[in-house]
Amino acid sequence: MDTISTDVAIIGAGGAGLRAAIALAETDPTLRIALISKVYPMRSHTCAAEGGAAGVIKPDDSFDLHFDDTVGGGDWLSDQDCVEYFVHEAPKELLQLEHWGCPWNREADGSVAVRPFGGMKKQRTWFAADKSGFHILHTLFQTSLQFPSITRYDEYYALDLLVDDGRCQGVTAMEMRSGQLRQFHAKAVIIAGGGAGRMFPFSTNGAIKTGDGMAMAYRAGAPLKDMEFVQYHPTGLPNTGSLLTEACRGEGGILVNKNGRRYLQDYGMGPETPVGKPQLKTMELGPRDRVSQAYWHELQKGNTVPTQWGDCVLLDMRHLGEKKINERLPLVRELCASYLQVDIVKDPVPIRPVVHYMMGGISTNTAAATPLPGLFAAGECACVSLNGANRLGSNSLIELLVFGRRAALSAIEHIQGLPASNTAALNARAGETQQRIDKLFSSTNGTESMSGLRKEMMDTMEKNVGIYRTEDGLQEGVSKIHELRQRYCDVKLTDKSNVFNTDLFQALELGSMLDCAEAVTVGALARKESRGSHQRLDYVERDDKKFLCHTMVHHQGLDVPRVDYLDVVITKSPPGVRDYSGDHK
Amino acid sequence: MTQMKERLVQLEVLRYNPDTDTEAHFQRYEVTCYEEGVVLDALNKIKADIDPTLNFRWSCHMAVCGSCGMMINGEPKLSCHTFLREYEGVIRVEPLTHFPIERDLVTAPDDFMEKLKRVKPYIIPKEDKPISEGEYKQTPAQLMKFRQYSMCINCMLCYAACPQYGLTPEFIGPAALTMAHRYNQDSRDGGRKERQEVVATHEGVWECTFVGACSEVCPAHVDPASALQQMKITSSIDWIVEHMIPGGKK
Repeated sequence: MDTISTDVAIIGAGGAGLRAAIALAETDPTLRIALISKVYPMRSHTCAAEGGAAGVIKPDDSFDLHFDDTVGGGDWLSDQDCVEYFVHEAPKELLQLEHWGCPWNREADGSVAVRPFGGMKKQRTWFAADKSGFHILHTLFQTSLQFPSITRYDEYYALDLLVDDGRCQGVTAMEMRSGQLRQFHAKAVIIAGGGAGRMFPFSTNGAIKTGDGMAMAYRAGAPLKDMEFVQYHPTGLPNTGSLLTEACRGEGGILVNKNGRRYLQDYGMGPETPVGKPQLKTMELGPRDRVSQAYWHELQKGNTVPTQWGDCVLLDMRHLGEKKINERLPLVRELCASYLQVDIVKDPVPIRPVVHYMMGGISTNTAAATPLPGLFAAGECACVSLNGANRLGSNSLIELLVFGRRAALSAIEHIQGLPASNTAALNARAGETQQRIDKLFSSTNGTESMSGLRKEMMDTMEKNVGIYRTEDGLQEGVSKIHELRQRYCDVKLTDKSNVFNTDLFQALELGSMLDCAEAVTVGALARKESRGSHQRLDYVERDDKKFLCHTMVHHQGLDVPRVDYLDVVITKSPPGVRDYSGDHK
Repeated sequence: MTQMKERLVQLEVLRYNPDTDTEAHFQRYEVTCYEEGVVLDALNKIKADIDPTLNFRWSCHMAVCGSCGMMINGEPKLSCHTFLREYEGVIRVEPLTHFPIERDLVTAPDDFMEKLKRVKPYIIPKEDKPISEGEYKQTPAQLMKFRQYSMCINCMLCYAACPQYGLTPEFIGPAALTMAHRYNQDSRDGGRKERQEVVATHEGVWECTFVGACSEVCPAHVDPASALQQMKITSSIDWIVEHMIPGGKK
């Protein structure tokens, strides 16, 4: 097996991975950087983010206000030292992106424009029309091209971390074009591999969001944190699950049920505000967890609109007018027209909540370090405890930048004065990956169909781990996912070719998703309270006495994972009431 | 509640595995899809239910990641944005033309990736400005000068459509040249002169014969043809200033 020696290996070349790579290259041009991704960087799912990125810039705003919105939005499960660091770093990172050429929308005087977003008390979301993630990703990718010390390994599928002497010292990855396995020996590894939303059948996530990075760290001994917190975005296209950005509501779009009632006022987010005059932090600008939960209640009451794609509510943007829609929401108009054949200028569009984002992930601290020395993580794959129990829209694009950079700085600190590595031991670890692959290829008695197992997993997650959860449903979910993990040992590989074998990669991705899905179900069953996106019909209240803590899930091979807890860091904001009732008391 | 309508779809897909095949061949599949579905949905259904050995790239299913470009009935298209309702009879699916096939519908984009890098697609600042001094001011009018050209999703459909790229593989091509133009037009940038060394050459804009196929197939409405025409005009002005005007620059 070929060995590639490098200083820092980064797994994932989306927003967080690219930001980390650039920070490494800028800080120390002598560092060798290996940027490994299973897709070409511009295919990374950062490109699908639409609405924008939050950072305090306007004179009427303050770090404290961004802090309060984030902590309250997260239902007090955020680590407040992390949030403090984040709100201060955010504007610097957005300005950096601006200097690198990101085409942010502008005010008439040439300064950066901001727009309103859900759960935010001030307008602080920087945006590039409704393609903000796309522009951030391409700006970072193109900027990265000027650094000769960044060596890209595009379409390399990362498999296992190399851990020896109690620290992470590399990773194995397969070149997809040739099927050749390679080992990367590195002084530090940064995982920036994205989320795992594809474990659900109805998701805004691209096909590549299969939790490989999370599962890799988890198998290597780093715990997954707060995995039970899964964000449903309130407004997905009912057939494809494509995201219609929160900016639809930020710009003034309204949500109505089959009777034309703006039903959010019935769920603690009223009273009603005038149509077309959105008020911050209330009604349609409530937080995502609450708005998605309101849909569920409308469904129980029979207030949803039956469509051929299932039960929907309506997102009405007609009053915004064609000019504003074309200027601010061109992608939304195009998506609705092509995939649903609805022109949002003329008609309301049927929508329903859709799995969007994992608040949980690889446990990291504010320095983006995992408990495994030498291993760092940033972006959706990580849980740095910024987002708590519910992420606010436009906090994740900026999270990529702030903690991508932080991971790079921490990695540089880590590699100073490291002892030499034991190459023989690393080679032996890499050999174990080779054996795992060989076994998949040589097995002739695989009995389990890959697409069959995948469907059972998705159906289980949708049925048992949705917006509202119960003890019985979660028990069923835990045992079913556990059963699927056992059956996965007999998964059948049909394609035995070495060349771009997507049958193999889909099988490996399924393994990653099953590991992550087990952490989600086990965490959800153990958390007997309702907080943010984790809502239990049998434990309807938040329970700060027992559960003001992070769920830590530890991998135990094929056995059920071990769960323990870590205290939430509270510095200045004691748990309080989330109030989205606007100015009217 | 009405049910989603379904339709029977017949696809003829080019198959090729360099490990085992001496040449490419077509394979016929029949699959039931939702009426409003796209070609990618049909391919995914084939892969899940009929033939796990069929290979293609895809991710976002919303025409923004640029992974799933392929030839559909001879035209370069994103398969996630090519609607089954627009086709009758057998749909022929082939890998993007003008690029080497890795396997089945997967092509090697190495040439495009190298050319994109060559045009220096990043801000080369006119002068250093620290972050602490805040943002560069850029009016909405200045933004509009380049915004359209920043929309390129790197799907490479324009390279598959460009007859000149087919004839002359050295041609830097529509998307990469458009990216050079995007940065040249950005009020924050001062790197045009550096890029001209790559752009204003016979591998650059002067290779373009203005067929305009690039703009017709562009799924992001970038209009590379207009970018290249604007670059030809400014390059000509450079030449005139340099050679025809007494005391012109350099």
